[in-house]
Amino acid sequence: MDIDRPLPNPITPEAKPYWDGLREGKLMLPKCKACGHVFWYPRVACPKCQARDIGWVQSAGRGRLHSFEIGYQAFNKAFKVPTPYVMALVELAEGPRMMSNLVNVEPDPATIRCDMPVEVVFSKLTDEITLPLFQPVR
Amino acid sequence: MANLRDLSNAACIVGVDESDEMGTLPHKSQLSLHVEAVTNAVRDAGLKMSDVDGIFTAGQHSPATIGEALGVTPRYVDGTTVGGCSFIIMVGHAVAALHHGLCEVAVISHGESGRSQVGVSPRRDTAIPGQYEAPYGFGPAPTLFGLITTRHMHQYGTTLEQWAQVAVSTRKWAALNPKALRREPLTVADVLKARPVVWPFTVLNICLVTDAGGAVVLTRADRAKDCAKKPVYVRGMGEGTEHVSLTQMKDLTFSEATRISGDKAFRMAGVGPADFQHIMLYDAFTSGPPIMLESLGIAKRGEGVRFFEEGRSTPGGALPINTNGGGLSYTHTGMYGIFPLIEATRQLRGECGPRQVPSLRTSLVNGMGGMLSAAGTVVLSNER
Repeated sequence: MDIDRPLPNPITPEAKPYWDGLREGKLMLPKCKACGHVFWYPRVACPKCQARDIGWVQSAGRGRLHSFEIGYQAFNKAFKVPTPYVMALVELAEGPRMMSNLVNVEPDPATIRCDMPVEVVFSKLTDEITLPLFQPVR
Repeated sequence: MANLRDLSNAACIVGVDESDEMGTLPHKSQLSLHVEAVTNAVRDAGLKMSDVDGIFTAGQHSPATIGEALGVTPRYVDGTTVGGCSFIIMVGHAVAALHHGLCEVAVISHGESGRSQVGVSPRRDTAIPGQYEAPYGFGPAPTLFGLITTRHMHQYGTTLEQWAQVAVSTRKWAALNPKALRREPLTVADVLKARPVVWPFTVLNICLVTDAGGAVVLTRADRAKDCAKKPVYVRGMGEGTEHVSLTQMKDLTFSEATRISGDKAFRMAGVGPADFQHIMLYDAFTSGPPIMLESLGIAKRGEGVRFFEEGRSTPGGALPINTNGGGLSYTHTGMYGIFPLIEATRQLRGECGPRQVPSLRTSLVNGMGGMLSAAGTVVLSNER
């Protein structure tokens, strides 16, 4: 299958467990071993308590659609997903928010609602890269 | 906080101007736009370039590059770059530097070939957006500010019609400014039926993309009296940053950076949120100014749009907002923050002809960097 979107670039060393997890169909999140804070995006220090002891937990892959937009054009030459498409800010049940796409939904602001329940679907782009996309919980 | 009050009225804006031309300028480099704006603003102040010894700039060129291009050897430089509000933040930095004698005449310079991209460095993705945002289609500002806007609509019931009123109000001011790029009449219906770009925005909810420069000259209050024009006092100033990625913004409908910068500026100036007769806000999107009014405490949460839909912000209204025509209709290069400073200064000098706000004493300039990520606020007055 043709790659229909920009590949993540650069992949940073502190995010390796995240990208490794996605390849195995797991959404992994950084978690501070000192204070228990689960956060996004991967960093070498906890943004809440600044401890340097960071572990990882597997997300249940469920959350709510915190906000969204509908793209009527591509904003990057490498982005070839057919328009209109839905850009999403998802709030995971574990707390952090991450950006993604909402898929398997009519790209219509009358249908899509902030705070609607969503769940992760894994989209394999290459042998190295799998992305976490989200769909409405049915 | 005692020291902060010492800085109130310590320095003045004494010169402002834009580049010779603004708009689509494929025949001019970004650096030339800086040089034109600075030479024009220094002339406006009645000063010589040899008087300038402090250079402040944000964006792709360092203050050293601007100094070299101007033929100035500065003894004080500042290149704080936290987005388009950096120039507003630099007013505060310049006041502090002037007050303490670190420089005598400070120039804040902006030049950006935002439309024609002449003499511009290629953009580089950084680790965060390149890794966690670009694969999903996120990129330019409209693909990010839309998330803020959608959430505000969800939380407060704000409508597309209400956002459109911001564009309509701002266009009414642009019609009165000969330097504004878009001056033809505009209706709410025009905004709603314009080309959809990224919902909730049509193209008319999004600022212009232009080539232009702008510059602001400051000096200490005691020296300002000898300049060509009536001095504009910096009564208060504040800055703040909260986040860069929207995944890190605590509340998408409220800018913590804006609140922090406003609180500091109001306290220093000894004013409250209701004390302004004129407000300049950074309008990269129609939803920006209402959310800024809410974050500054000038409007209640969710009610910022009322200033626009009720006509308070328009010519003849009780609280004129974005009287140059804003980023939506006058000019927007990419880092817009220098331009609201220029307009507020001209208004406080009484130079604005048909768009002049009558009996103006105190003006507020507030701008954002990034997606309400950073903010700068200054309180300006034509009297001490």
